[in-house]
Amino acid sequence: MALSGMRGLSVFISDIRNCQNKEQERLRVDKELGNIRTRFKSEKGLSPYEKKKYVWKMLYIYMLGYDVDFGHMEAVSLISAPKYPEKQVGYIVTSCLLNENHDFLRLAINSVRNDIIGRNETFQCLALTMVGNIGGREFSESLALDVQKLLLSSSCRPLVRKKAALCLLRLYRKNPDVVNIDGWSDRMAQLLDERDMGVLTAVMSLLVALVSNSHDQYWSCLPKCVRILERLARNHDVPQEYTYYGIPSPWLQVKTMRALQYFPTVEDPNTRRSLFEVLQRILMGTDVVKNVNKNNASHAVLFEALSLVMHLDAEKEMMSQCVALLGKFIAVREPNIRYLGLENMTRMLMVTDVQDIIKRHQAQIITSLKDPDISIRRRALDLLYAMCDITNAKDIVEELLQYLSAAEFAMREELALKAAILAEKFAPDLAWYIDVILQLIDKAGDFVSDDIWFRVVQFVTNNEDLQPYAAAKAREYLDKPALHETMVKVSSYLLGEYSHLLARRPGCSPKEIFSIMHEKLPTVSTTTLPILLSAYAKILVHSQPPDPELRDQVWAVFNKYESCIDVEIQQRAVEYFVLCRKGAALVDVLAEMPKFPERQSALIKKAEDPETDAAEQSAIKLRAQQQQPSNALVVTDQPPSNGPLPVGPLTLAKIPSISSNVETSLSDERLSHENGTFGAVDDSQSAMPSEGLIGDLLAIEGPAAAVTTEQKPVSGLESVVGGVDALALAPVSELSNSVQPIGNVAERFHALCLKDSGVLYEDPYLQIGIKAEWRTHHGRFVLFLGNKSTSSLASVKALMLPPSHLKIELSVVPDTIPPRAQVQCPLEVVNLRPSRDLAVLDFSYMFGTTLVSVKLRLPAMLNKFLQHISLSTEEFFPQWRSLSGPPLKLQEVVRGVKPLSLPEMANLFNSLHLTVSPGLDPNPNNLVASTTFYSESTGAMLCLMRIETDPADRTQLRMTVSSGDAALTFELKEFIKEQLVYIPLPAPVPSPAQPQVSSPPIDPTDPGAILAGLL
Amino acid sequence: MIRFILLQNRQGKTRLAKYYVPLEESEKHKVEYEVHRLVVNRDPKFTNFVEFRTHKVIYRRYAGLFFSMCVDITDNELAYLECIHLFVEILDHFFSNVCELDLVFNFHKVYLILDEFILAGELQETSKKAIIERMGELEKQE
Repeated sequence: MALSGMRGLSVFISDIRNCQNKEQERLRVDKELGNIRTRFKSEKGLSPYEKKKYVWKMLYIYMLGYDVDFGHMEAVSLISAPKYPEKQVGYIVTSCLLNENHDFLRLAINSVRNDIIGRNETFQCLALTMVGNIGGREFSESLALDVQKLLLSSSCRPLVRKKAALCLLRLYRKNPDVVNIDGWSDRMAQLLDERDMGVLTAVMSLLVALVSNSHDQYWSCLPKCVRILERLARNHDVPQEYTYYGIPSPWLQVKTMRALQYFPTVEDPNTRRSLFEVLQRILMGTDVVKNVNKNNASHAVLFEALSLVMHLDAEKEMMSQCVALLGKFIAVREPNIRYLGLENMTRMLMVTDVQDIIKRHQAQIITSLKDPDISIRRRALDLLYAMCDITNAKDIVEELLQYLSAAEFAMREELALKAAILAEKFAPDLAWYIDVILQLIDKAGDFVSDDIWFRVVQFVTNNEDLQPYAAAKAREYLDKPALHETMVKVSSYLLGEYSHLLARRPGCSPKEIFSIMHEKLPTVSTTTLPILLSAYAKILVHSQPPDPELRDQVWAVFNKYESCIDVEIQQRAVEYFVLCRKGAALVDVLAEMPKFPERQSALIKKAEDPETDAAEQSAIKLRAQQQQPSNALVVTDQPPSNGPLPVGPLTLAKIPSISSNVETSLSDERLSHENGTFGAVDDSQSAMPSEGLIGDLLAIEGPAAAVTTEQKPVSGLESVVGGVDALALAPVSELSNSVQPIGNVAERFHALCLKDSGVLYEDPYLQIGIKAEWRTHHGRFVLFLGNKSTSSLASVKALMLPPSHLKIELSVVPDTIPPRAQVQCPLEVVNLRPSRDLAVLDFSYMFGTTLVSVKLRLPAMLNKFLQHISLSTEEFFPQWRSLSGPPLKLQEVVRGVKPLSLPEMANLFNSLHLTVSPGLDPNPNNLVASTTFYSESTGAMLCLMRIETDPADRTQLRMTVSSGDAALTFELKEFIKEQLVYIPLPAPVPSPAQPQVSSPPIDPTDPGAILAGLL
Repeated sequence: MIRFILLQNRQGKTRLAKYYVPLEESEKHKVEYEVHRLVVNRDPKFTNFVEFRTHKVIYRRYAGLFFSMCVDITDNELAYLECIHLFVEILDHFFSNVCELDLVFNFHKVYLILDEFILAGELQETSKKAIIERMGELEKQE
């Protein structure tokens, strides 16, 4: 046992160790602290040795967990001591006791800077270490330049430079501007040539931080990283001291592969080939060995390689190798490997389409959900959540529910939330969804947030078929002896609304329902009581013929709560009591709640973005964000509505003639507003979608609140009643005239040109949503045909009219769509050659006696077959020069351009899959972009373009487009031109031929309208 | 990035605590308490990784001492697990056959070694030889 070399310190530590109990220890510590305090305060100064000794003691006491609220000054002052031993103590203790926000640190900045720029290497190291460990913004501002100098210096030893690299990394994290200087990226590339492995390791950490923020400037580092990785993986020229259990620095290998994951692709074929060779070696050559350290180190490298392979979108073969490896890992005994297998499978699902292969391991994964180790259970839960889809939702959710009762506290909330979301997202039918949520509330009520049960109410309210079922279920649960309060809430809400639908069943008379609900009343809190009161009032209204006994009981309850101290309860009791005496009027007031407008589930938002806090953004997440988010459509009759559109009107390419009553009649959705009759309703309709994007229904409009709105003044109520009447009385003939689309069809189409999922068309009865995926020259659409109405849509016909360059296969569309059902029809597209022509979907159906027929443009535009590619200067210009002149390179001066700023134009280009490379063109008014076009005839074809703008006149520009195919160059040029040129939409022509009697464009029972009326 | 490193014995006494993120005193005590509770009861047959708030703790037990590193969720677990082992090997080499008492009486040396090994929450030097030699240089200057 080595002693500290400071007798006083060793004695003190021994004393502490000899203390019999905590009390003695405290006494000894207090005595020492008193001693130190007097010594620090005493008139005659301390010798440097004494100072050092006391400061160490302080640190020791601090480590024992005692508060040390003095002596910071002494510690900081040691930093400016002239000799190493005191200085060292000063630096170390300061970095332990203080953090970057501490005021005392400012006092030290000058001394620290002097040490950094001074000649003493040891002092430089101490200073860099402290700044690297606790430096804050102020350090960043005053020291960054000096630290950079040390890192780049050729005269400093590697010892200093590696510290400088990491110190700079710290300063960069505090303030990214520290490397915001010309040529820093070149310096980074040079630093990667470093021979010293210590410096290289530190520099690689710095690079990871830089590229995780933005990789743009650092393309030149990419081949160097690949070379470093090659060198390590082949064990070329790696000093013995940097091999760890026979593996050349596993940490540097991991870091290097991490850095590579922040570059979107590896374009250069040679670099790509070498990288894949290395990765292949790692994937194939990692064996399980006995030595645990060697095993861990090699698997650390292997798992990082797996991430990199996933990121690079390797060939199918390599991907399946990865999946096979992971499949092996999740079945092994070794817990760490199993954990990582599960974790990486989840990551893999985020980036590639391997769902089907992973599903084969479902049983194995479920076993891990029952592992004794919570870490493994968590990973299994994440994976089950990620792999769940419509085919396995039932199994997985039921597995989760079963596990819920056994799961410990720490996991229940997450489990409950995830089960609820999966049930909502992938419900094979809605009754099952209700079952799942009620079970969830029953088993883990404490962990079921209000959001979850609000959502149930919303579904039930919007689906009439479901109402009797839900009411019956609620009734069953009320029979249970011990009921969670949330269950009381949801059951009484549902029974209040729908118990009359059960009236003929045994035990379901209004009186029986009331009494069983009333049994729960003494046990509930003030948040549930109002729901019970509303339910009583509703039950009373629905009891036909009136039951005087029930009436008296309910009135007695209202009477009792009229003087309740809780205002909400009191108000309800008073109002219901008075209303009850109004007789017939009560029926209107307490009618069933209208449907809720569909909004995106708050739950899904909540679960899909867990709070994370990491020094570097996750590469996978970045990548997932770059890809089009897959918009899982919920099984409802109405997927979320579209938001405002990001770009202005686009010009229309050669569209096969569109004869549509739709296209013209809907050119202005405000038409009916001008006509006046349905003004209020219409307005609220147009206001609704945007509102849907901002606030979530659940947040502003829980069912409990919905009940109170009923009590608001009469004007709102009238519109409810009037609305219902209008619907009920509207004769069929009035509807047959024309069915108006909801929203602007042209705008919907244009929005879909830039994104891959959304609503293509909507009218009062039908909604067509689409979701598309594109891979090279293949595309796959799914049409979601949703019947919004309560009767079937018949004679449904869909016909594709493809232009000559697209091969389109539409699967069979069913002849009828049942009420409130959604049908999915896949559609395959193959792009044969470049063309701007568009495909048209001729769609028709019968609603009652009304034939509705629309022709819709399918957003299979030229840009969907483009894929982002970014090129470096070295890659771009040779290509650009090699394509000289027409017909491969075409130039045109375009006038009448929409006045876009350059960033706006760059955004537009990027959303069209044209990758803008800033800085490639030295002229800041120019814009250079590249992309890859895919079609059967051209294969993958690189396209380059340059836009030269005139800052004085934004309405004109010169455009040059080039590619290896003349037709492609022409079509692409025309396509981009169409995106840039401003062609105003035809002015809306108010058509007198549109009679007011034409059916209102929206369902008059729409609660959005009613709500807007109330608000 | 490493958020903090803790060396704690089974009773929860902190033998070394190094934070690379600014935390308040009270928060540090809480963290040390929670991490100890989190790792001490785990079965040796379990994984060496455990979620801790929005991060994860990679830990390893050597005799009665727990070495814990708190890292980002996205970090490579096994790389940090072996990082712990490398640190232990360095301590073992430096103290020739290290035991808890060495770390108690020489806690200031442990801080010095750690500063040569990890900086700014990132691995600085992975050569045991380089670190041991550097410690020799520093001892000469004392």
